[in-house]
Parts: sequence; structure tokens; C-alpha cells
Amino acid sequence: MVVAEIKPFKEIKDTLKHYKKVLIVGCGACVTVCLSGGRKQVELLASALKTSRKVEGDEIMVGEMLIPRQCEPKFVDMIKGEAGKYEVILSMGCGAGVQEIAERIENIPVLPALNTTFIGMADEKGQYLEVCAACGDCILSKTGGICPVARCAKSLINGPCGGSRGGMCEVSKDNPCVWQLIYDRLVKLNMLHLLKGISQPKTRSVHPRRMVREDLTSKK
Amino acid sequence: MGFREALDSGKFLVTAEVGPVKGTETDVLLEDAELLKGKVDAVNVTDLQSSVMRLGSMAVCHLLVDHGIDPVFQVTCRDRNRLALQSDLLSAWVLGIRNVLSLTGDHPTLGDHPDAMPVFDLDSVSLLRAISRLNEGFDMAGNQLKGAPDFFPGAVVNPGADNEAALEMQIVKMEKKIEAGAKFFQTQGIFDLDLFEKFMKRVEGLKTTVLGGIILLKSAGMARFMNKNVAGVFVPEPLIKEMEETKDKVKTSVKIAAELVKGMKGLCQGVHIMAIGWEKRVPMVLEEAGLKEKDILRVNNAQSFDCWRRGCRDSYRVSPQEKRISYCWHS
Repeated sequence: MVVAEIKPFKEIKDTLKHYKKVLIVGCGACVTVCLSGGRKQVELLASALKTSRKVEGDEIMVGEMLIPRQCEPKFVDMIKGEAGKYEVILSMGCGAGVQEIAERIENIPVLPALNTTFIGMADEKGQYLEVCAACGDCILSKTGGICPVARCAKSLINGPCGGSRGGMCEVSKDNPCVWQLIYDRLVKLNMLHLLKGISQPKTRSVHPRRMVREDLTSKK
Repeated sequence: MGFREALDSGKFLVTAEVGPVKGTETDVLLEDAELLKGKVDAVNVTDLQSSVMRLGSMAVCHLLVDHGIDPVFQVTCRDRNRLALQSDLLSAWVLGIRNVLSLTGDHPTLGDHPDAMPVFDLDSVSLLRAISRLNEGFDMAGNQLKGAPDFFPGAVVNPGADNEAALEMQIVKMEKKIEAGAKFFQTQGIFDLDLFEKFMKRVEGLKTTVLGGIILLKSAGMARFMNKNVAGVFVPEPLIKEMEETKDKVKTSVKIAAELVKGMKGLCQGVHIMAIGWEKRVPMVLEEAGLKEKDILRVNNAQSFDCWRRGCRDSYRVSPQEKRISYCWHS
């Protein structure tokens, strides 16, 4: 999933200080799973904003909506009618969600309530770990399904740097050395031979990347 | 006569190391290097060691060449992408630098500019491959070079990896480095000869040249610091105690290092002495270890001459007394 975290409340409040009518839009996909932009978080943010502005004697009208996925045009179109009643949209989606809304709703500004951090998974309750760098050149078949590009501080693809201590990374000390994990997994799979052979340096992609599906774009 | 020739001669190799300072001050460094001249086969120059910004390795290597010392140009993948790495290698060659040591490099977060962008476009293995490719007359993109270098590439290995998986992967990576062109290995500092012997047994089949790393202990505190913070370095408690109780730290440090040099003589092909500021004491270590100067190829006052072999771009290095029409090590 795309992992995101909610911005500090003060920052959100500051970006909204000139607005009196705000529509907060949550997203039912990744950010719901990582508990940063789902229904519950929309409710909490809305009530926090209302309370804090009320205390300051500067009341605000806050609308709340949740759509299944902010990165999909047909779902964003669902909020078009309601959005017309507000001065600003505060998206609780990832960066793609914010931009999809901005693309579809041209006359109202869209602000982000989240910082999009990485593609990851939950490894413990309330803890999320980056596991995919979206490098566009997947080598997981050679590394026992564990990605050194995303999970090694130096993105080393030919084996570890030699700096691990007790199996932990020397740079990012709370994380295990990913090459240790890869080794352990390949031992279990009896596939240590995969470690042999030199991996070529990665081809770097130029931003922004675009994927074209000929089968879907070609005219029938 | 340089490091490559010394290695080919089969003698017990000795290399040392100097670390450039933060700034433009080179007098002390050159003084230290001068003391090592004729006593070691090559002197490594570190590349922004510990990710601390300082004077560059290439410039200092060039100064060493001018002083008649064969340098080992340490190159890390931390700060340069493949364009800059290849270009710097070509630049090093035209400045007279012949030996290169390929390293991944420490992460910038460990140094004094922790917000610097880490590059790691290549790794130590693909950098070795790039060096081999340059030696063949091509760049990484396959373009032909006008004039190619003939570097003598080496790499590092950490025999002190603290668990079986980490050690096994060091050896797997060592094999990859050999496949990519590494001709010699310098190791992380070693204090436990039994462990090192086991490591050497395991890599015996690789038939490569290994220079065992020796770090000069300056104090018990330094030993404890390394045990806690430096991956792969483990100073056994008796040695720490010896440093703690001694009245003459230098003497004890030199004694410990010399014992390690003697111990390594039967285990590997040479030693790499990392004095970390105590470069002036390296000759004492060699003397105490019984490495006589006659064992070491004299490079004093050496000059460089072009090889007379047709089409060869190499040069050889001999002292003026020995000056004669000669050929490079190929011949």
C-alpha cells in the first residue's frame, strides 16, 4: 500500500487560515488501511478543526466525505456537486489522490492533509516499513522476495556492504540488514545459489514515468 | 617498481594508509608518507573516510606519485554517479595513479554532512567491472576510449563479519569482486588471528591475494570504541587490558601490531597497516616484525620511464642507479 502520515495539526490549520468553508475528503484505499486518511481520521480532523477555530472565535464550516479511491476519476466525480459549496478541499489521500482531485475539480483549490511517505506494509501494529522503491525493474525473483533496493540504505544489489552488526543495519539501526533477511530466506528456500552472479547496475528512469498499455490505448 | 610488480614478485606485501585532512594542509601527510617511502609497497589514500568532507583522494595520490610513492587510489560509490566515477578514474590515470581500490563507501548519515544525497549509482562490484572495462578501452556504455588506462584494481573484504550469514555473504561478494576484476584484497582490521586463519582457509580456493588489515591501537578507549561502533572489528579483552596497563602506549601498540604482522606472514600474502594518525610509527612496526628493508622493493627516488615495448602505454619505475632501457611488468 501507499503509506502516508497525517501532517502536524498546526500546519494543516495554517494552510486553512483564510478559508471559512472546507470540505475534507478521505480515501477508502491505502490510507484507510494505514489509518491516516480513512473515515475515522476525516471525522477526527473535522472536529479538531471546528473546535480549534471556535475557540479562536473564527468559526468554520467543515464538510466530510469519503470516496472509495481518490486516484480514480469516476470516484472523484462523485464529490463534484458537493465540492461546489466549499471554498477549499482538504484531501486526506496520498499525493496521487490530491492531484487527481485537482485535475478533475478545476475551480477549487485542493490542499494535502497527509505527507505521502512510501510504498510499504505494516510489520507490527502501528508500524509501517518501506518495502518497494517502485524502481521499475523488479529483481525480487533473485532475492527471495525481499527487496534490497528499497530496504538497504545504500540500495546495494550485489550483497551487503559489510557494515551490519548483529544482523542489524549500521545506517538505519532499527532495521535488520536486508541482506541478512535475504540470506535467511534463501536458506529456507534452499536457493542460496541465487546469490551468485553479478547484478548489473540499474537503469534509471526519468521522471515523470508513464506506463502505456498498447492493448488499451490502440483503436479497435 | 610499484605495487603491482611487488605483488607479481610473490614477496610478502606491505601497504599503509594515509587519510587526507579537512583543508589544504598537506605538509604533515607528506612527511608521514616520506617516512613510509621505501618501507612499504604502496600507500592507500582514503576517499572522504567516514563520510567526512575533506581533501580528495585523487589529489593526494598525485602528490604521492610526485614523491616517488606508489599510491592506491580509494574510490567509493557514495558521492559520484557512473559518469563522474569513470571520468575521475581516467583523470587519475593521466595523473600517474595506477592502483585503485573499489569500495561501496560509508553512508553520508554517518559523517559530518548527514543531509548529503547518497549516490550509490554503482556498487563496489559494478565499479570494479567499470574499471576492467576502462582497462579494455571502453566505457560502461560501450563507447571506445581514445587511450585507455591499465589500472591495477583491488577491493576490500570484512573477515570479521559477526555471524555466519554475514560472513558467507562477504565471501560470495568477494567472489563477485574477483569475477569483476579485483586482483587483490585489503581486509578490515584484524586482532584475532585464529578467526582470520579460519577465514583464509575458506577463501583459499579463490586463489587471490589478501593483505590482512592491521589497525594500530592507540589506547584502550579506542579499542572499546571500535568494538562498539566499527563493524567487523573486534579487539579481544586481553589486548585491551594490555593497552590499559601499559606505561608506554606507543611501545605496546607497536608490539601488538608487530605480533599480528608476524602471525599473518604464514596466513596471507601481505599486510595493510592502518595507523589512523600514527603513520610515523609504521616503520617501527615493520622493524619489530622483522620485515627487513631488503625484503621490500626499494622505491626510493624512483622515477617513471615509459615502457619500450611497441604499443605499450605502461611505464615502469626504477631508481636512477638502476636506470636502463626496460620494459613494463607485462614483458
